[in-house]
Amino acid sequence: MRAYWTLTRRELGTYFLSLRGYVIIAAVGFLIGFIFKVLIKTLGSDPSPAPVTELFYSTYLFWIILLLGTPVITMRLFALEKFSGTFETLMTTPISDVQVVGAKFTGAVFFYMIMWLPLLGCILIVRHYTSDPAAFDAEIVGSTFLGIFLLGCVFISLGCFASALTRSQMTAAMIGLLLCFSLFLLSFLADRLPGPDWQAQALSMFALPEQMHDFVRGVVDTRPVILYLSLTFFFLFLTLRVLGSRRWK
Amino acid sequence: MDDRLMIQVENLTKRYAGHAAVSDISFSVARGEIVGLLGPNGAGKSTTMRILSCFLPATSGTVRVGGMDVFSDSEEVRRRIGYMPENNPLHLDMRVAEYLRFRARLKGLGRRRCRERLGIVMEQCGLKDVSRKIIGQLSKGYRQRVGLADALIHEPELIILDEPTIGLDPRQIRSVRQLIKGLAEHHTVLLSSHILPEVEMTCSRVLILFEGRILAADTPENLQHLMSSNSQVVAEIAAPEAELQDCWAQMPEIEHFDIAPAEGEYLRCALTPRDGIDLRPHIFALARERGWFLRELTRSRHSLEDIYVQVTQPAEEEES
Repeated sequence: MRAYWTLTRRELGTYFLSLRGYVIIAAVGFLIGFIFKVLIKTLGSDPSPAPVTELFYSTYLFWIILLLGTPVITMRLFALEKFSGTFETLMTTPISDVQVVGAKFTGAVFFYMIMWLPLLGCILIVRHYTSDPAAFDAEIVGSTFLGIFLLGCVFISLGCFASALTRSQMTAAMIGLLLCFSLFLLSFLADRLPGPDWQAQALSMFALPEQMHDFVRGVVDTRPVILYLSLTFFFLFLTLRVLGSRRWK
Repeated sequence: MDDRLMIQVENLTKRYAGHAAVSDISFSVARGEIVGLLGPNGAGKSTTMRILSCFLPATSGTVRVGGMDVFSDSEEVRRRIGYMPENNPLHLDMRVAEYLRFRARLKGLGRRRCRERLGIVMEQCGLKDVSRKIIGQLSKGYRQRVGLADALIHEPELIILDEPTIGLDPRQIRSVRQLIKGLAEHHTVLLSSHILPEVEMTCSRVLILFEGRILAADTPENLQHLMSSNSQVVAEIAAPEAELQDCWAQMPEIEHFDIAPAEGEYLRCALTPRDGIDLRPHIFALARERGWFLRELTRSRHSLEDIYVQVTQPAEEEES
């Protein structure tokens, strides 16, 4: 466990030791700021019964942050270590593969949540300057962040898997991006299929935008929660298998 | 099972996609030994070390470190090994002390013990002055010391160093070599190199690896001895050439001789002995008897280089 936390701390620390972490946070901060501007405009023009978090979600920028941000966060996890050779020094310490994958994933998720903090700041600003505190239910904000966290877990585990596949960070980012986009686009496929047969039904379970819409409205459905958790574990398991593959390759 | 053995390798084979990097090698290393793996690039040194350090599994054969199997007891074996891979990969964005602390914690050291060991290895490796520096800004010599300090930090029983002095300048090589020699008191050391004087100077035993097989395994002295049977003696003598020629031709101990003019009035004689005897006393006695001036008298020591070339040559010829 000690090794796990040491590695997690190191993974999280790496983002701040180079410019990368700050660039990601700045870019995401910019996009969130943009959403904030749209939000202020909407609030100013006509009153809406929807909670502020839902208004935040109304632009597609949310998905751009998620889909572009996660591969950039995860691309270096394994690829850089393999490229620089530190993977060898890491794997020859008495630490298990599970701990390595777990620590890298946890570190990335921590950073991902830090990246979303400006959103919380925006919500607090709106709350401070509006007279109606009812629109900023802590539960709704909580469920929004739960949705962000769970979706992040899925995409970060996908990115981990992509990064474990290759030695090149660029390739890892591209594979990650491709996988994340494919998963995202799956949700649109269901509408295109003729007839509500089992395929369409299966695909509709992957309707990520709608599920996220529920989260921002404060609706926590267990089905997407279970789906996201299982997807996360599935991709982490695949990552583990890729790491273990050096033993039989 | 012999308790004095640190490493036991039996019939180890490692194949990469059909090509054997290491084929059927067996050797053992006793506790407290410094053993050198010597071989050209691609001889299987790194592969052997990676298997020993549990990074790669063997295709077949058994490898035991301190009596434990590297495959089934992998984690326990890794606890006892300090491994520095080829090219010494480090996290270049970290500071020296921070990196070593991170590595110590990864290797399962507690907070107190970590602090204790950190002080000791930084002292041992001469890193005290640079402990706050970022590794990426250090010279190669210092980075190598950081790598060594990392290998030592958890006080492993066995230290495996893959090409520890590669790419260093002569002064740095000397300091790293001193450091390695100093380790022998408390640790067993296995190091690899393709530079011959290196293993000759540091190791108590040498394994010569070539194309995945062990060609020779002995102490550097014994390997020397093996080769000294036809080692030449060079003598620089001031005497008339004709007299020298006569003299050498009459001596039964000399198989072959060669005389060439040297600086001044001296002549340089290269003498090949018969049956590997040491010609030097004979020559000295002769010079005293005849009143020659003797300026130099040396037996050309065969460096490991010659041994190496000799053992690796037949295989190379077979191949061509």
